[in-house]
Amino acid sequence: MSAEKQYIDFFGEVHDTIAARSCAEMNEQRESAFEAFSAQGFPSPKVERYRYAKVEADFSPNYGIALTPLTEQLPPYCFRLTNAEPQVRILYNKVADATDSIVALNTMLCVDTLVVHVPKGIRVEHPIQISNILKGEQDTMVSRRILVVMDEMAEADIIITDRAASQSRFLTNQVIEVVMKDGSHLSLYEVEETHLLCTRYNSVFVQQGRNSSLHHTNLTLFNGHTRNRLDILLQGEGSEVTANGCVIADKMQRVDNNTLIDHQVPHCTSNELYKYVLDDSAVGAFAGKVLVREGAQKTSSKETNANLCATSSARMYTQPMLEIYADDVQCSHGSTVGQMDEAALFYMRQRGIDEKEARLLLKAAFITEVIETIPLESLRDRLHVLVDKRLRGELSKCEGCKLCK
Amino acid sequence: MLQINNLHASINGKEILKGISLTVKDGEIHAVMGLNGAGKSTLSNVIVGHPAYEVTEGSITFNGKDLLSLKPEERAHEGIFLSFQQPVEIPGVSMVNFMRAALNAKRKYQGLEPIPAGDFLKLMREKRAIVELDSKLTSRSVNEGFSGGEKKRNEIFQMAMLEPKLTILDETDSGLDVDALRIVAEGFNKLRRPDSSAIVITHYQRLLDYLKPDVVHVLIDGRIVKTGGPELATEIESRGFDWIKEEIGL
Repeated sequence: MSAEKQYIDFFGEVHDTIAARSCAEMNEQRESAFEAFSAQGFPSPKVERYRYAKVEADFSPNYGIALTPLTEQLPPYCFRLTNAEPQVRILYNKVADATDSIVALNTMLCVDTLVVHVPKGIRVEHPIQISNILKGEQDTMVSRRILVVMDEMAEADIIITDRAASQSRFLTNQVIEVVMKDGSHLSLYEVEETHLLCTRYNSVFVQQGRNSSLHHTNLTLFNGHTRNRLDILLQGEGSEVTANGCVIADKMQRVDNNTLIDHQVPHCTSNELYKYVLDDSAVGAFAGKVLVREGAQKTSSKETNANLCATSSARMYTQPMLEIYADDVQCSHGSTVGQMDEAALFYMRQRGIDEKEARLLLKAAFITEVIETIPLESLRDRLHVLVDKRLRGELSKCEGCKLCK
Repeated sequence: MLQINNLHASINGKEILKGISLTVKDGEIHAVMGLNGAGKSTLSNVIVGHPAYEVTEGSITFNGKDLLSLKPEERAHEGIFLSFQQPVEIPGVSMVNFMRAALNAKRKYQGLEPIPAGDFLKLMREKRAIVELDSKLTSRSVNEGFSGGEKKRNEIFQMAMLEPKLTILDETDSGLDVDALRIVAEGFNKLRRPDSSAIVITHYQRLLDYLKPDVVHVLIDGRIVKTGGPELATEIESRGFDWIKEEIGL
């Protein structure tokens, strides 16, 4: 039986239940998503953007599929799709790549959408934190959907954390759509601290209007298998994006970041920095394309991927890509894969720092550059602590969190 | 304090040290002089336990302990400090975190609690003043963007923080201008305790004018070929090494 079949069969069985629990905007997209998924199936490694993922293997196990809608009690600026304003509701599935079969699978099975809507000119003082906590005794697949709409001149910080509170196998298929209207500012942080039995597919699509600015940081601190797709569509002149990420992986963990920054109009700026620290037999992949379309003059773009392989059995695949169809642009891209700096290690040991601690300090130092770019100071401080704990192997439960106990 | 006996060491299978014997007593300063490639830096690297060097014969005893059986960090805890010829830049590791980790590692080895944060910062300030190291430098990453002179001053600052029993200065004078040399040397002298010892590796008399060694050794081709008092350094400064080679028939 092919991996797709269980999802196709399941959809046939529960189609009516899903429709009853969901809302009109989502149900309208369901059939075409089903057709797209059934026609294509899971992408093979021959599909360029899935070159480093093992999709079929990741989706093959037999999971119970969660079909739970969101609660009505949500904090300010957060809504269920059905309760959001009409001009927000129609944006559902308009930014995501509907032809992508992983996205289609989400559209097919997802019951509810969490909307974050910041109205025109509003600056949200405190960060909005969305905590996804996987919990349950059975192996479960979860389809999650988030739609962020930043109206003109709106400002917000959103932190999305992924955690797992029980030791079952979990498969998450998440789609995040972000619409940034003219002059809006958004800092969007994603932090994954799950466990070795968690598989996460995460597809983020952002559409940016004139003079909007986005700071996106994606941190994979602990996981099983993770595949992040990030598509930034710069559609308004003067828009800016910083798209950074860091990965700490060891044991048999696998992390694949696949990004596209699409400069569609002139005078936009993009900066991208991804850093990986890989230990044991971890496998990392980074494929990042910066596309400068015809007419997108005065584009400024910088893409860097730097990686540290702490053992000879850790593997890193890196593929920075730059495609330019305009003639007046400033673009650079590059990647490095290196090993532990033996001279620095010995220097530290001579000062009395034991080898294990010295290695840990060097790994944390490597990641620091990404964390230091985070504008939100409290998060920056917290992440320094989390990175340190992670490298010491102390990261399991989120301390102080009532939900995980 | 330190006894080196018939020490043979090699790197990548090539023998560099060919039977060195040397005894440093409490409170003594020994200078080791010699041309490039004589094995001076190898000697210092072997004493601190650099993993690239293999000791093939001989022994090193430090305050009664078999030094060669200790890891580099344990040798540091026992009180051996190397001022590196080329201090290493470590981007992303702040001087503060680096020093705190080093100091607390030593305290742990001695069975002490970690140093309280306030005491640590006070200690940093005090010791920084001794080598006139700018506070801007100690708030940066280890040696990152430091000038040659600042790196050497930073080595002495670290020595001040860790208070070693035996300090090895490996060509600490190289790349220093006259003023920087004075600051480093005077800083070193201020930090000396009556029972602390040093091995000073150098090509030149200049640093020794400040440090006033008790014993001077000449190292040629992996062997100590001549040992004398401070006057030997003066003689080498004026006559070079050739006369020594002739004397021993090389």
